[in-house]
Amino acid sequence: MFAVNAAERVTPTMMKSTTRLPMAQWGKGCKWGLWFAFNALALYLVVVLYAQQQTAFALLGLVVTGIASFVFINKRAYAHRYTYPSVAGMLVFVIFPLLYTVGIGFTNYSGSNLLSLSQAQEYHLKQTYVSGARHPFSLHDGASGQRLKVTIGDQALVSEPLNAESAGDGASVPLMPASNVTALGAALPLRDVIAQRKALETWTFIAPNGVELRLYGLREVATVKHLYRLLDNGDLLNNRSGERLNLDHQQGFYVDRHGNTVAPGFTVYAGWSNFARVLSDKSIRDPFLQIFAWTVVFAALTVVFTLAVGLVLASLLQWELVRGKAFYRMMLILPYAVPAFISILVFKGLFNQNFGEINLVLDSLFGSRPDWFSDPTLARSMILIVNTWLGYPYMLLLCMGLLQAIPRDLYEASAIDGASALDNLLRITLPLLMKPLMPLLIASFAFNFNNFVLITLLTQGAPDIIGATTPAGTTDLLVSYTYRIAFQDSGQNFALASAIATLIFILVGAMAWLNLKLTKVKV
Amino acid sequence: MAMVYPKSTRYRVWFTHLTLLGFIALIVFPLLMVVSISFREGNFATGSLFPDQPTLEHWSLALGIPYTQADGTVLQPPFPVLTWLWNSLKIAFISSVLILMLSTTSAYAFARLRFAGKGPILKAMLIFQMFPPVLTLVAIYALFDRLGQHISWLGVNSHGAVIVASLGGMALHIWTIKGYFESIDASLEEAAIVDGATTWQAFVHILLPMSVPILAVVFILAFITSITEYPMASVLLMDIDKLTLSVGAQQYLYEQNYLWGDFAAAAVLSGLPITAVFLYCQKWIVGGLTAGGVKG
Repeated sequence: MFAVNAAERVTPTMMKSTTRLPMAQWGKGCKWGLWFAFNALALYLVVVLYAQQQTAFALLGLVVTGIASFVFINKRAYAHRYTYPSVAGMLVFVIFPLLYTVGIGFTNYSGSNLLSLSQAQEYHLKQTYVSGARHPFSLHDGASGQRLKVTIGDQALVSEPLNAESAGDGASVPLMPASNVTALGAALPLRDVIAQRKALETWTFIAPNGVELRLYGLREVATVKHLYRLLDNGDLLNNRSGERLNLDHQQGFYVDRHGNTVAPGFTVYAGWSNFARVLSDKSIRDPFLQIFAWTVVFAALTVVFTLAVGLVLASLLQWELVRGKAFYRMMLILPYAVPAFISILVFKGLFNQNFGEINLVLDSLFGSRPDWFSDPTLARSMILIVNTWLGYPYMLLLCMGLLQAIPRDLYEASAIDGASALDNLLRITLPLLMKPLMPLLIASFAFNFNNFVLITLLTQGAPDIIGATTPAGTTDLLVSYTYRIAFQDSGQNFALASAIATLIFILVGAMAWLNLKLTKVKV
Repeated sequence: MAMVYPKSTRYRVWFTHLTLLGFIALIVFPLLMVVSISFREGNFATGSLFPDQPTLEHWSLALGIPYTQADGTVLQPPFPVLTWLWNSLKIAFISSVLILMLSTTSAYAFARLRFAGKGPILKAMLIFQMFPPVLTLVAIYALFDRLGQHISWLGVNSHGAVIVASLGGMALHIWTIKGYFESIDASLEEAAIVDGATTWQAFVHILLPMSVPILAVVFILAFITSITEYPMASVLLMDIDKLTLSVGAQQYLYEQNYLWGDFAAAAVLSGLPITAVFLYCQKWIVGGLTAGGVKG
């Protein structure tokens, strides 16, 4: 919205300058106009976000747009005009979410504690209760606007003309005896009341005797009072029962005198408690460690299997006596060409216990129908089979490239010495491949360590680990486990998920650093 | 080149061929099976690789055309597959164009211009790219939720959000293009600059026309990455009509509503073009993947 306005405001000055200034000046004016428009938009967003107490987001906006406008006016930062857009992309969508996630790990942010303290207070203060009799009302067209007519017993009261602009929380409209008002139209149908409902709900109607009436449903008004009153120290006083709700900054809730929490809660700083839970709560720690171990085993085995298959195939294709290499190569990288989300779902269907084709084949050959999705060991084997299928073409391509770099005369010499194929593989090929391959293997390990799509589409972590309080499955990887805690658990425990994510960040960071060391990238 | 071969070479070559063909048969089996299933009747049919009574029921549904069965009942398409395909293509196209533009300009600066902090920025990009976006989905969702309150086309449940979010993943592309730029001699550009061209003009008129092959590679890679992207789209998109193919496809295989035959047709329909493009471009893609800037 605002972007459009700002652009429109800039255009007239630009048009003027075309007539007055030469071309270069016009370009400059255009540039400055854009720069000002951009800054105005950015400042507006930052201020609005800050006013809504979204400090983290306001800060992000300030940093990103601040650097942007600096880079585009400063001559010395010329090179950064080229680099900054992509750097900003990383800042906003990779680095900021990373820091924000780590931050959430230190709070109690979750499905029950989504709001900030002031939002939670606002919610409580909006709660109302009916404290008196209810009276029917009707809406009428009048000469100077719509009026509300309330019938209390045999007395009819009519409001001042309702002015939509004065609608707002706490606006009040006086009521007067119906005899004072002439020319009141017929009662409007319910359809119109529904159309006006939002505005009608905001008004307080004040009867001549001082009773305050508010809308109660679509046909009646009632004496409705706010349930809570805010006290100076932030506690809430229940207007109806006189009970006091204490503000508990530890739990992030208002609590009554029995210690019961009153929903909704609010987000508070929780220190290391989420991390402590992961490491000390047995029902979280045990599944966490089990999943961690499986994640490492899965990633390592995937690398080993895909490398083994890829290397053997590459060696076979490398042999110059084998004809039809282009055909073989094309067929062999087919699994890489099919989008992963499709092939994973295809395998999900093929491994189905009852009518999956794989079980039909096994049934006709061996007479058994293994239950791939309910037995932990079988499920894990299935995942490894599928992932090897998905991943070996990459290794094949890498190995084919690297094998070409090994001098042929090494094999010539070994053939003269009577070495076997196995000797060639273990003494020549592998040692020479390992060095250039290592960083790529680590990258592959890191990728599979976080292979979220495979697990989510294939098993969703099933079968479940017994005795876990969080949703944890025997085939879950750390990433899918974290995702399920955040988005699938009924509690939506974002804070716990973020704490676990932070632990994973440390692991991934270590892997990335190791990779960089091994690659020795030259900049 | 002279090579010393053992005696049994001929048998070994035949054995190699057999091994390769056997392996390929094993690898291709799932893919052939899906094609076969897409022509079988009903959603639970089993049978041989070549269906006894091939039917176009699933294909018709995948293309969004209601199918009239032999007994007169009309089957409605369960999901708008073509809409999903269109959404995927649209998002992938726009985001790859943006990624290509931004990563090319960045790569140019990293390859040709001298400035402070070049090395650290490049390395930091490489490291941060390894952190899985799945783990920061809570933050990314919150970010777009806030943005959407002020800029509606960037909110949650909009394609704009998915497109913009993909701009976080440019590091590898920048490295690839940078590697290519560095392999081109800079003397032409320098000559142009001596003759009074600006850096920008040298970049656009001299370097870019020479780099079309790598730009094509990066575009295809970004396109395929975007088409197969699952986690972000699964959190950012909600309406059934707005889903991308990667998020929508799994809707077929819920325990309660297991549409195996319909899925097969939809999978072949949507997977085939992507597979074909990949195979067609494989030579360049493989070059880009293995011989790019980031190699050992």
